[in-house]
Amino acid sequence: MRLAELKDKLSLKSLNDVYDKDVEGAFVSDMVSDVMAGAKPASVWVTTQTHKNVVAAANLVDIAAVIVTRGRPVSDETLEMASRAELTILTTDLDTYSLVGKLHAAGV
Amino acid sequence: MSDEGQIMLRETFTVAGGDFSHAGRVSTTIKSMLKQIGFPSAVIRRTAIATYEAEMNVVVYADRADVTFEVTPKTIRVTLADQGQGIADLELAMQEGFSTATDEIREMGFGAGMGLPNIKRNADELEINSEVGVGTTVKITINAGE
Repeated sequence: MRLAELKDKLSLKSLNDVYDKDVEGAFVSDMVSDVMAGAKPASVWVTTQTHKNVVAAANLVDIAAVIVTRGRPVSDETLEMASRAELTILTTDLDTYSLVGKLHAAGV
Repeated sequence: MSDEGQIMLRETFTVAGGDFSHAGRVSTTIKSMLKQIGFPSAVIRRTAIATYEAEMNVVVYADRADVTFEVTPKTIRVTLADQGQGIADLELAMQEGFSTATDEIREMGFGAGMGLPNIKRNADELEINSEVGVGTTVKITINAGE
């Protein structure tokens, strides 16, 4: 599924540009090393972490986009870094459990 | 390594301890350089992950480090020589789940005791030399042929 389609299907809000990428799966974790160890390329990363290191980590393992749950705020600095790395940051007011249920139902 | 003499590319970087805002910059740069050279994506990914974890260890635990990145036709080698507290018990540090990280570091999603095991999993060769109170040298070698 394309990222823009997923964004619309799940009514996610984008905090920067929606880069045209393919989404092939999802990985859920608030631990950065866990993502480095386990996330497959082209996954969306569902997390409550919003600090700048999320961008570097996501970029290194070819994450398609980061989805921040429970509407947690993301700093302008993080967003600038994400845009430079062409990484889309999406948010939802849903908690992680509810969002992941919707992801699964959407076929991710 | 027998191909030691045929270094195609050699770059040096520095990593500053405690500098969370730039953490990941060296591994990101190395990743794009390998991409430009045209290494297989699995090789690039393993190098990127191992380098990132080693870089984060410097940021979290050391004062500073010199990083040397070398590419030969057969291998990719990243050496991080840091000045810092060193590792008292390397065997213990290599165990998954063991960590001396502070709560603050853990809240950021680091310090889960996965870094060194993650480096080991992604490297073809890993050599660590450490002296308490002096520093640690981590030498990561990745075979370039997947």
